[in-house]
Amino acid sequence: MTMTVPKTSARPAKQGGDWLRDAIPKLVLSPSLFIILVFVYGFIFFTFYLSFTDSRILPSHDLVGWLNYERLFKIRGWDIAVVNLLIFGSLYIVICCVLGLLLAILLDQKIRAEGFIRTVYLYPMALSFIVTGIAWKWFLDPGIGLQAVVRSWGWESFTFTWIKDSDMAIYTIVIAAVWQTSGFVMAMFLAGLRGIDNEVMKAAQIDGASTVALYRRIIIPQLRPAFMSAFVVLAHMAIKSYDLIIALTGGGPGTATEMPATFMYSYTFTRNQMGIGAASATIMLMSIAAIMVPYIYSELREKK
Amino acid sequence: MAGSSASQQVIRTGGGARFAIYTILLIFCLYYLLPLYVMVVNSLKPLSEITSGGMMSLPKDWTTAPWASAWSTAQVGVEATGLKPYFINSILMVVPAVALSTILGALNGYVLTKWRFRGDTIIFGLLLFGCFIPFQMVLIPMARMLGLMGLAGTVPGLVFVHLVYGIGFSTLYFKNYYQQFPTELVRAAMIDGAGFFTIFRRIMLPASGPIAVVCIIWQFTNIWNDFLFGASFSDFDSQPMTVALNNLVQSSTGVKEYNVHFAGAILAALPTLLVYIVAGRYFVRGLMAGSVKG
Amino acid sequence: MSFLDINNATKSYGAVKVLHETDISVDEGEFLVLVGPSGCGKSTLLNMIAGLEEVTSGDIAIKGRSMTGVKPADRNIAMVFQSYALYPTMNVGQNIAFGLEMHGVPKPDRDKAVDQVSDLLQIGHLLDRKPGQLSGGQRQRVAMGRALVRDPDVFLFDEPLSNLDAKLRVDMRTEIKKLHQKLGTTIVYVTHDQIEALTLSTRIAVMFGGHVQQLGTPKEIYDRPANMFVAGFMGSPSMNLFPANVAEENGQAVAKVALGDGSVVSLPFPERSDMTGQVGREIVLGIRPEAITDPDGADRNSQSVHPVDALVEVTEPAGSDTFVVTHLGGKEVTGRFRADVDVEVGKVFQFAINMEKAVAFDPKSEERISA
Repeated sequence: MTMTVPKTSARPAKQGGDWLRDAIPKLVLSPSLFIILVFVYGFIFFTFYLSFTDSRILPSHDLVGWLNYERLFKIRGWDIAVVNLLIFGSLYIVICCVLGLLLAILLDQKIRAEGFIRTVYLYPMALSFIVTGIAWKWFLDPGIGLQAVVRSWGWESFTFTWIKDSDMAIYTIVIAAVWQTSGFVMAMFLAGLRGIDNEVMKAAQIDGASTVALYRRIIIPQLRPAFMSAFVVLAHMAIKSYDLIIALTGGGPGTATEMPATFMYSYTFTRNQMGIGAASATIMLMSIAAIMVPYIYSELREKK
Repeated sequence: MAGSSASQQVIRTGGGARFAIYTILLIFCLYYLLPLYVMVVNSLKPLSEITSGGMMSLPKDWTTAPWASAWSTAQVGVEATGLKPYFINSILMVVPAVALSTILGALNGYVLTKWRFRGDTIIFGLLLFGCFIPFQMVLIPMARMLGLMGLAGTVPGLVFVHLVYGIGFSTLYFKNYYQQFPTELVRAAMIDGAGFFTIFRRIMLPASGPIAVVCIIWQFTNIWNDFLFGASFSDFDSQPMTVALNNLVQSSTGVKEYNVHFAGAILAALPTLLVYIVAGRYFVRGLMAGSVKG
Repeated sequence: MSFLDINNATKSYGAVKVLHETDISVDEGEFLVLVGPSGCGKSTLLNMIAGLEEVTSGDIAIKGRSMTGVKPADRNIAMVFQSYALYPTMNVGQNIAFGLEMHGVPKPDRDKAVDQVSDLLQIGHLLDRKPGQLSGGQRQRVAMGRALVRDPDVFLFDEPLSNLDAKLRVDMRTEIKKLHQKLGTTIVYVTHDQIEALTLSTRIAVMFGGHVQQLGTPKEIYDRPANMFVAGFMGSPSMNLFPANVAEENGQAVAKVALGDGSVVSLPFPERSDMTGQVGREIVLGIRPEAITDPDGADRNSQSVHPVDALVEVTEPAGSDTFVVTHLGGKEVTGRFRADVDVEVGKVFQFAINMEKAVAFDPKSEERISA
């Protein structure tokens, strides 16, 4: 099997050498594999296991069946968190997609300062959610932010107290989150637009498609993969949202902007209800898995 | 396939339409730049100008005092050291984590693409899924594990955490990149007698420049900007910049010094912003590679 | 006024002129092929006829109506692209009907038209499939169907067969020719393949460097190329071109050609070619491989076949013929022998040269000399 080259004295063609050569790649991969198995999957199972125990401050090993989950769904804070996630998630995804698509289409029209504009639209992605949260927190603050500024310009009765309003606070999170990621969605759609075959556009022109028909019937349908990717990424980010909420509203006012991620953290570490915290984390995992597993499966299958 | 713009020759926009397009694009530029403007401008003002409704205006009294305060004298939690020590913590945390995770990612990508074996797709799938889990799921056991390892509340502990959860992404980048790399070159080298590590060092690495930059930028940005792990696994001395910044802003003792907050926020944002401005192209590539077509 | 008039049309991008003054009149039902190497301007001219590119100066008219300022959709033309350009998210039926839909044709009429065309092209069973599920040849037919269904005045083809494999290309070529004969449509067809040009066209415009080198019927282009470029480009293997001197011998004009061994052979021109006025002139003689044969394989109807003893350097048995390479006038020359002739490499053999098919070119201007 091995080609023995008389000049070089290199490897002796004995069986031991072959075994080692085959084993090296696997050996190299194994630390990462070990790490992933233990620290990702092992930990997932551990937390999952904990959700069936009555852990409080410290993990306990007394199993209590589905008790934590039952209690979870009776806690008002969890209801609020889930509803908030749905409201936030859907608005976030829809607005980001619409805005991203609009900006991508506009930028695709042979714009002079395209590179510069793209840089401006995308830079928020380079910022930490904490920084974004702080910037918007004070900007939306009635005392010193937009409301104060507009009033100081003469419009005395202008009110913008969403961030302090239990009903409206969640929408401030939408504003800040859209600001952060819509540039990224735009970049994805722009790449999609650029991948469209120019000859198809020419054919449509000859067929007599107006600009509107061209976009509606031909270009946008071809952006389906980009929509799918955008949806998966945005949904994933929405479910994991934690930093932004902590910085922007701290979960408040009260628990008005509580989300599953903040809920989990406070119940586990502040309220010392580890079992319930673990249960909430598990639910977060399940919802992400529901989106990611089909997506990853289809991506891997396509590779073959 | 024709060049840059999908609508290049096809959609001819008239004068009026182009004006509208540029106007809309400009308005959105202002929208994206507004918070940055607010942060910069208000970090150079005395506090009084902000509290009197002057958040959007340029400073009347330019001052760099907020910056000095944010850096070295501001009250972060209990002590008044400014953000400097925590900035250093972040650097000490980010550099090793990025370096190690990039190297491991490169090796893993190399193995998974050029040394195929049964089950490697499953292993990749496991790695890939690990990128996307909500970290809430690992907070509890990781806290315990760090305690057992004696790394609880330390910067090395954070390095370890970020390394563990960064391997998935860096492997993803390198795997996709090496997949396009001609396998014939590796086979030719094998026939010439080169072994696993020689091939990696002499053939794969030299060609990996672009993807290494992408990986490094992406990891750097993510780890520097992280908050959750920092908040969960660091104690007061070892907290990274983002956590310290949040503490600075949330501390409720005394008057809220908004200008100091903004200065601190910019300090925290500077490294990643600079990286973005200098190497934005690679940043975008990283964004796209990680999400579109896995 | 013919069906399609290209009047003094030029195209420039800024200071770069990619198409020089071009005049072509196409009659109804003609199959005009624009052929030439990459960058010769053929696709540019096609796009100008389609309205996808603006005419810098000059005019294009269809059925007497000037097309300046007229959008592609209003020119009543249809185009088949090299990459077929089928709409990937629509099925075959929708692809074919899209142009009709954009022009406001009501659904029942659209469906009827789609059925008619799909019957003609035998793609009726593919109507519900998406382009991604079709083979190359099927996609080609759908692209043609989309063009046919519009019943346009002029059909434009932009290298439609380039993406097909060799065998499929030959089959589709025949299909296109049959369709043209059946429907009698006016076609402008761009290709870089000179065989397609010769087999499909009623007239060919050979293009190079933004100029039309020659406009004529396939026979004219093949037998009487206007210059050395056309001579070399059309025909495969290409026409042999080698230097010669015109002299007079026995009252006849002859071409004196040097052989590999230093000797000089005299090839008399046929009487009617009237080369006597060119005596003393240096020329480039052009003779196609099929006019250089084994003696028994020469054209019996020709009165100007002359024997030449030359060294056989290479033989290439191609099944139906054997190509034999020698040197004439210092240049490599290929002749076409019958397959079962016994030729030996390295030996001198008698070649038969049919001077009735010979063409003479001026070495400097590269243009053909005399009628």
